Formats: sequence, C-alpha cells, structure tokens
Amino acid sequence: MSDVVAVILMIGITAYALFGGADFGAGFWDLVAGNARDGSTPRSVISHSIGPVWEANHVWLIFCLVVLWTGFAEAFASITLTLFVPLSIAALGIVLRGSSFAFRKEVTRTSSQRNFGAAFALSSVLVPFCMGAVAGAIASGRVPAGGKVGDPWSSWINPTSILGGVLAVTTCAYLAAVYLVWDARRLGDDEMVEYFRRRAVAVAVVTGIVAFCGFFVLHDDARYVFDGLTSRALPLVILSAICGIGSLVLLLRRRHSGARVLAMGAVATVIFGWGVAQYPYILPTSLTLTAAAAPDPTLWTVVIVFVVAAILILPSLGLLYYLDQRDLLDAPVEAET
Amino acid sequence: MTNALTAMLAVNPVPWARSQMAFTLAFHIVLVPLGVAWGFITLIANYRAIKHADADALLLAQRWSKYMAVTFAVGAVTGTVLSFEFGLLWPRFMGRFGDAFGIPFAIEGLFFFLEAIFLGIYLYGWKRLKPWPHFWTGVPIVIAGIGGTVSVVAANAWMNEPSGFTLNSAGKVVDVDPWAVIFNKAMPLQSLHMLIAAYLVGGFLIASVYAAGMLRGRRDRYHRIGFIIPFTVAAIAMPFQMLVGDELARWVYNNEPVKFAAIEMVPTTSSDVPETIFGHLNDQGQVVGGIAIPGLASWLSDPSDGSSTVVRGLDTVPASERPTNAEVDVVHLAWDAMVGLATLLFLLAIWYLGTWVFRRRMPKSALFLWIAAAAGVLSVVTLEAGWVVTEVGRQPWIVRNYMKVEAAATGNTGVWATFLAVLVIYAAIGVTLVLVLRLMSRRWREGEVDSESGGPYSPRPEPTKELVP
Repeated sequence: MSDVVAVILMIGITAYALFGGADFGAGFWDLVAGNARDGSTPRSVISHSIGPVWEANHVWLIFCLVVLWTGFAEAFASITLTLFVPLSIAALGIVLRGSSFAFRKEVTRTSSQRNFGAAFALSSVLVPFCMGAVAGAIASGRVPAGGKVGDPWSSWINPTSILGGVLAVTTCAYLAAVYLVWDARRLGDDEMVEYFRRRAVAVAVVTGIVAFCGFFVLHDDARYVFDGLTSRALPLVILSAICGIGSLVLLLRRRHSGARVLAMGAVATVIFGWGVAQYPYILPTSLTLTAAAAPDPTLWTVVIVFVVAAILILPSLGLLYYLDQRDLLDAPVEAET
Repeated sequence: MTNALTAMLAVNPVPWARSQMAFTLAFHIVLVPLGVAWGFITLIANYRAIKHADADALLLAQRWSKYMAVTFAVGAVTGTVLSFEFGLLWPRFMGRFGDAFGIPFAIEGLFFFLEAIFLGIYLYGWKRLKPWPHFWTGVPIVIAGIGGTVSVVAANAWMNEPSGFTLNSAGKVVDVDPWAVIFNKAMPLQSLHMLIAAYLVGGFLIASVYAAGMLRGRRDRYHRIGFIIPFTVAAIAMPFQMLVGDELARWVYNNEPVKFAAIEMVPTTSSDVPETIFGHLNDQGQVVGGIAIPGLASWLSDPSDGSSTVVRGLDTVPASERPTNAEVDVVHLAWDAMVGLATLLFLLAIWYLGTWVFRRRMPKSALFLWIAAAAGVLSVVTLEAGWVVTEVGRQPWIVRNYMKVEAAATGNTGVWATFLAVLVIYAAIGVTLVLVLRLMSRRWREGEVDSESGGPYSPRPEPTKELVP
C-alpha cells in the first residue's frame, strides 16, 4: 500500500517538474532576456504562455506536500526539520514570484514592470535551485529520521545538493525553452521560434553535461542512490538519456512537437529513476517507505482522492490545456486600450 | 557582538513560530473571502449581463474577474506558504498527527485544483468563448471555493475536537478513521460559520468600494449595480450568520468549556454569570473593569434554564492546560469585537433589506453610504477577531488535550529571521496589492472603453503577430 502512495507522490513530483518546472524555466528566460527594449518580445511570449496555466500547474506542489505529509508524515517532519533554510527560501520565493507575476501584468509604467519582472525572474531561478538542493539533501542521506535534526547548512550546501539545484534550474530552463518554441510557433512568430530554439539547444547541451558530471558526484557523495541508478534504475537512466539526446536531435532538425514530447520523457524518466534508485527508502538510508507510512485507512484516502482527481481533474486540466493550445484563452479582456 | 549574535540565534523559536503562523494566517484570511465569494458575485453580474443584455453588469463582471486574477494569485501563493509552515514551524505536530490532520487537506487539494483550472479558463476566456459556456466555466470556481473552505476548516475544527484516530502507548497514530477525522464534531458549525463569513466579508468589502465611489459623487448606474450585487449577497447572508454564530457559541459552551470560559471571562464555575463587556483579568485572575450585565452569559448559554445555567470557569482545569490570563484577555476582547461589529453589520443589513422591502430601492442617505463604505474593513476586523477567538482560545493546545503548541514547534532557532523576512515581504506585497488594485481602477476610470480587438464575446479576430507586452 505504501508503495502505491509512493508512486502517486512520484507522479505528483513529475507533474510539478513538467508543468510547474516549465513555468519556473520561463522565468529564467525572462531573467536573461536582456533590457526592457530587447527583451520585450520574448517576455510577452513568456507572459502569454504561462498566464492562464501557471496557477493550475502550481497546485501540483500543494498536491506533493499534501501527499507527503498525509502519507509519510514522519518523512515530511524530518525533511522540514533539517531543511528549514532552503524550504523557507523556496516558500518566500514562491510568494514573491506569484505576486510579482500577477502585479507585473497590471502595471503600465516600464520601471514598475521592470521591478516586478526582476522579482519574478530572480525568484523563478531561486525556487527550483532550492527544490533541487532539497532533493539532493534527501538523496545523499543527509536528512536523518526519528526526530533528529541534520546540519542546517551542510545538509543542503554539499556536492549532491548543488548538483540537484543546478540540474533543477537547467532542466526547468530546458523544458521551458522547448515549450516556448511551440508557443511562439502558435503565435506565428518565426523570429521567436528561432530565438527559443537556439536557447533550447544550448541549455539541452548544458543539462546533458551537468547530468553526466553528476554521476561522478553521486558516486562519491550519494552512494546508495548511485548504486540504485546503476542497477535497478539503470533502464530508466538509459531511457532518459535516449529521450534527452533524441529531443536535442529533433530540435536541431526543427521537429518541434516531437522534441517537446521527448523532452518531457527525459525529465519524467529521470525523476522516476531517482525514486526507483532510492527504493525502499524515502530518506536513504534511515527511513523506509513502510516505516514512514500512515495507517492503511489514511493511505486508502490518499489513493481514493488520487483516483477522484484522475477522473475529475485530468479532464479539466485537459480542457484548460486544450483551450489554451487552441488559442481560445487570451489575456483577460483589457479595459484599457 | 559575537555574544549578542549567539544570543539572538539561540532565541526560543516557539514565540516566533507562533507569531509567524498567526501573521501569515491573518494575511491569507483576508484574501480567502475574495477567492471564495468574489467568483459567485461576479457570476451574478455575468448572468445578468447575458440574460438582460446589461452592459454595466458585463463591464463589472469583467473588471471583477480581472481584480480577482490578482487577488487569487496572491491568495494562492500565501496559501502555499502556510503548507510549508505546517512543516517548517510545526514539524513535530505534523510528524505525529499528519496521518490524520492531513486528510482534509487531501480533499482540499482537489478543490483547489478545480478552482485554479477553471479560474484559468474563466479569466482568460472572456474574449474567445461563447457567453453561456463561458459563464458555466465560472460555476466550478464557486463550488470549489465552498468545498475548499469546508475542507480547510474541517482540519482546523479537528484541532479543536480531535477524533478519528487511535494512539499506541508511544503516542504514535496507529489507526485512523478518515470519515471521523473530516466530520469531527466541531466541523459542521465551524465550517458553515467560516463559509458564510467568507461571503459576508467578500460582499461587504467589494460593496464598500462602490459605496465610497457613490460618496464621491459617482452615482451612476454602474456604481449602483456594483454596490447592490455584492451588498445584497452580504445582507442576505448576515441574518444566517447570526443564527449560526449563536448556535456555534452554544456548541463551544457544551464542548469546549475552557474556551468558553475564556470567551466570557469566567474565572470560577458558577451560575448567574454576568455578560462582561470589555474588562480584563488581574494578576489574581479576577475580572476587573468592564460593564457587567447580570445573568446574561448564563442565560445566553442555555435560555431554557435562564440565569441559573452553570458556566464552567477557567479553574476547572490546571493553569498549564488553559490560556494564560493575558490570552484570556485577548480572547475576550476579540469576542467582544466580533459580536459587537457583527451586530452593527446586522443592523446595516436590516436597514438595507428593509428599504428594499418597503421602498423598492436601496437606501440613499449619506449616513448609510458612510457606514457601508466602512463595512468592508469592519467585516475584515470581525473575521480576524473570530479567528483570534478560536485560535487563542484553544491555547496552550495545538491538538486539544493531545499536544501542546510547545511540543509541536520546530527546534530551529532561526525562526525569528524568517519571521522578519515574512513580515517585510508580506508588508510589501500587501501594500503593492492595494496599490495595484487602485491603479487598475483609476486606469479604467480615466481610459475607459473596454476594447482591445473587440471586447468580450466578440468574434475571433484574425491571427495577429503583434503581442501586447
């Protein structure tokens, strides 16, 4: 039973990475889009692209938190006890990001747009970095279980956490660039298609190199997960590499929709690979899934809620994305011209 | 210098954790009514607009949905902070009771998802969707708002009235009855009370903006409808809230006697307890000052027994299991504020409804508009006061009779720093939010004409390469 809930948690994390992560990545491209004049076109593509969907995507984070604290309360408590600093930074970053994105759309003065834009973009990089560092802390076994508190600093400032943080930022940027190519094409803006395609290729290469180097970091710093990744999770790792390389090739050949699917596949497989590599631990190597799991009735509730979500939420999400992709959703009616 | 720094870093995290939780909740709760009730209020305007081809109502519905986009975004992210804080500030509580306490949040997650999805569709669907389908995409927002409120308050009610779990000798939750967790005994009335409060605050707050506008001479039809729709929602909800609140108070009298003793400021168990307005407890725990209405607290607690009703006092439990004297003062004052302001709002609602019944129009006097303009802020104060009553009144418990706040808190000594950061960031966001909303309103007043390639419900324009930044 706890395994089923663990899979649900992995699905939540993957969905958050694929959708929420791309919104963070869009913020990264917003950050590096240059000054107000040069950056205005890419910024408007970004704003147009994430406007209607970011809040729904953001809910995946809540979903993950709720599944974690309901299904594996002890793991949640241990993670929040030890990783107080990066999680606090992430929480405040999320507030800054969401509010400044909403504010930026409504202000008209360039200087205020720039200020809100900067807050939005900076926190878009900060939050995934912290999340990645948290993942690194867990993977490298720096979060002890049983009410003990790990080191408040070295638990998340260490080789694996930095790897996790950098990888999270580049992966988000990569996903976002691939999606933005698609969005720019929908808007019929060939110049922007090319703009984001070049960036997608560049960041894909960077992500690949970081991921490759990551193996050496994990070998030295997160041995349990490394062993898992090179044994039972190996098929997923290989699949991820194939998807990643495949999406790069398709990007180079301008096959954008295929590139998008493979990019998502590369990220999803690597996240599941991490999960499989950690198995049967939720906190390697101090707390197993079974030991952390809530009593069965609670786990059942989580499963039932997940099934209802699948029945109720997925079609709704599908409708949202369908309307969005068909360009039936536009900026809210402007009362000003 | 180093000593001072070490001393600061070693401060007890508990008071800071409490302050941070209280502050972030108090901030978030102002946005809740806007998320929960504004969708409903907007849909009324939207319905009117389509059904009666009412251009003013259409304009209101669009503008409200645009404001809502901003307040909902801030509400969503401040709500996320609360989820983080459960762990960051109260890890030992979550570690021990997450198995049970988490369940209502799993349900709430569903509603939040629905709300965010359909909000995305509704807000961005004005131009390209057909009128009625667009209207219907707003309905799930209202339903999800109601469901979400009920679920979250169910979790809070569970802290007041924990049930549906079995502890083993080590204090670990070993069995859970999800149904009994969600439908704990405090849940029905408490959820209903907060749900109606959300509609009250939403209605009064939105209407207050238009009342202020009318006082400044903007007495056109647009402002009148902008006032009438939300104010009517609040005015109709108000009498129900008085009944539910009264029922809930009696429920607290029967089930949470210590909280009730704090509310009524009753040091020792007795009958013929006076209703004390204001006043405080002195060092000996005796009531000082205030205006005492003889026998009224007893009479209100159980009218069938009248003033002979016995009200249990604070002394029925040891001092370590009840709020401190200072906390009792806070609870009692918050209670007076809530009941006093709610009564004022109730009278205002009666004035409004009475004028409609007898004169077939809304009251037009400046006095009414002045009070109505203040009612927005007053209703927020009432809401906050109500939360102070239930939260401070539960002290020192986080899970009543099972876990104290002290035992739930994090050991991280850096909470004072996150509290300060939260204070600064939230203050900035709060001020900016108000400024941005005002800016939007001013821009619409000056710029006018809602047209950017056609306005709402217009045929789809030719695809254009140009983007509005």
